[in-house]
Amino acid sequence: MTNTILVVAETAGETLAASTLSTLTAARELDGPIDVLVAGARPAATAENLASMAGVRRVLVAEAPHLAGGLAEDLSGLVAGHVEHYSHVLAPATTFGKNLLPRVAALVDIQMVSDVTVIQDAETFVHPIYAGNANETLRVLEPHKLLTIRPTAFAKEVVGGGKAQLERIDVGETQAQSREVELQLDQSDRPQLESSGIVVSGGRAFGSLEKFRLLEELAADLNAAVGASRAAVDAGYAPNDCQVGQTGKVVAPELYIAVGISGAIQHLAGMTGSKVIVAINKDPDAPIFGVADYGLVGDLFEILPEFHEKIRQLRSEPKPELAEG
Amino acid sequence: MKVLVGVKRVIDYNVNIRVKSDGSGVETENVRMSANPFDEIALEEAVRLKEAGICSELLAVTVGDEASQEVLRSALAMGADRAIRIDVTESPQPLNVAALLAAVAREEAVDLVLLGKQAIDDDANQAGQMTAALLGWPQGTFASELTIAEGRARVAREIDGGQQTVELDLPAVVTADLRLNEPRFVKLPAMMKAKKRPIEERTPEALGVDMRPRVERVKVSEPVPREAGVKVADVDELLDKLRNEAGVI
Repeated sequence: MTNTILVVAETAGETLAASTLSTLTAARELDGPIDVLVAGARPAATAENLASMAGVRRVLVAEAPHLAGGLAEDLSGLVAGHVEHYSHVLAPATTFGKNLLPRVAALVDIQMVSDVTVIQDAETFVHPIYAGNANETLRVLEPHKLLTIRPTAFAKEVVGGGKAQLERIDVGETQAQSREVELQLDQSDRPQLESSGIVVSGGRAFGSLEKFRLLEELAADLNAAVGASRAAVDAGYAPNDCQVGQTGKVVAPELYIAVGISGAIQHLAGMTGSKVIVAINKDPDAPIFGVADYGLVGDLFEILPEFHEKIRQLRSEPKPELAEG
Repeated sequence: MKVLVGVKRVIDYNVNIRVKSDGSGVETENVRMSANPFDEIALEEAVRLKEAGICSELLAVTVGDEASQEVLRSALAMGADRAIRIDVTESPQPLNVAALLAAVAREEAVDLVLLGKQAIDDDANQAGQMTAALLGWPQGTFASELTIAEGRARVAREIDGGQQTVELDLPAVVTADLRLNEPRFVKLPAMMKAKKRPIEERTPEALGVDMRPRVERVKVSEPVPREAGVKVADVDELLDKLRNEAGVI
């Protein structure tokens, strides 16, 4: 039996969200033709982009003004109507996919799997539970497998060379039970938290919003995204969507620098997938040192300025050649 | 208006969980249990709606075995008017929970279902959305602000990259984010009083819900531990390691 896969694309305005690329990588592991559904008020550019990607057979384009806000009430019926044609339906495990896919699943009477990190075979999937402190392997007995995909667990590769057909699909009327009335996006020229190669993250130890700027300035020089512990967010040092952890974002950058973060299990759930972890903390027994590749014990207000200054110097020198292997 | 709040009993969020050696699950014997933190926030919000005169009846519901009664006792102590336990022994899957909650919501003719955005044990983040779908109601997920006026719910939602505000016609389902409120502490006299209050019981059969599991657990395993790192003496050593050993700077 061959798999046929439907990926629900997430868009950011009129461009493709990086989470969609990870979801496509996961879809390719299922080995079968992939159709992508893209919905929005003006999805044309995104649809063209998707059509050029390897492995994509068809791009289903749903265009209507009422699809602009990405409301689950409007999208779920649209997606649910296509489920029967596919063995697998995938969406990214972002706030977009988490909001949408369970609603689709219930409409078609299927138990879905959240936040998949490993696809073992066509019906066996691994996902983290208990804030990442355990992995659960599930075998899905449903006729159609509905999955949200953890973006940091799959590469964000853009594989070109595809030549998919574009197909407009019927979108129907708006459900008119819910409306988007306001959208406030955080304005930042920093790289996006989930896709940044480097994340510098701060905790309660900063003590004030002003001092948290030390971290933001370092991030600017490293071209890094800024993350925060829940304590730092609750104290108002950083906006909500900077929060890394079980209840915030899950990141897996090349380098994660945790400054003044003790490392509660809820925080570790969001960052232990990082390639290299650095911890700077004055408590030598802080749990963060248990996961850090490099730990430096000391006062952040002494260490951070020195680190920053030396980073600046390094950045002005050429990078040394790395030995192979 | 009538509000239904769902509460789940889970391993306390402070507990370092242990995976059973046979891979069948996580050790729950002699482990501290408490109400799911997100559900406490949903409950607090409902109590506030009651205090504001918007909610006229607050119904707390849990799906679980007899031990789950304790989360309903706390809900009653916090301000719930009635408590219903839907009796199940096996740990139910989100679609089953949603079907049960939808059945109770219909039976009790509620106007608002308030749930936590996710349980901290299965981390599924599904039940609220599924309940909304089964009822055909709109959903306000990951809510950090909720205002009820003129038969509508206005919900500020925490989304990637910022905040989206939606307006929902009632009846509706709303799931609580951590930022919605700070739940109050339950005082001892209220807890003592709640101990004497009746807890209603329902069964999945009586509610017409088929509880067969649809997804099979193959195993639960420990995550691969990170290799132990090193402590460095100073900033120079740290930079040297990052540059020449890890190659990330």
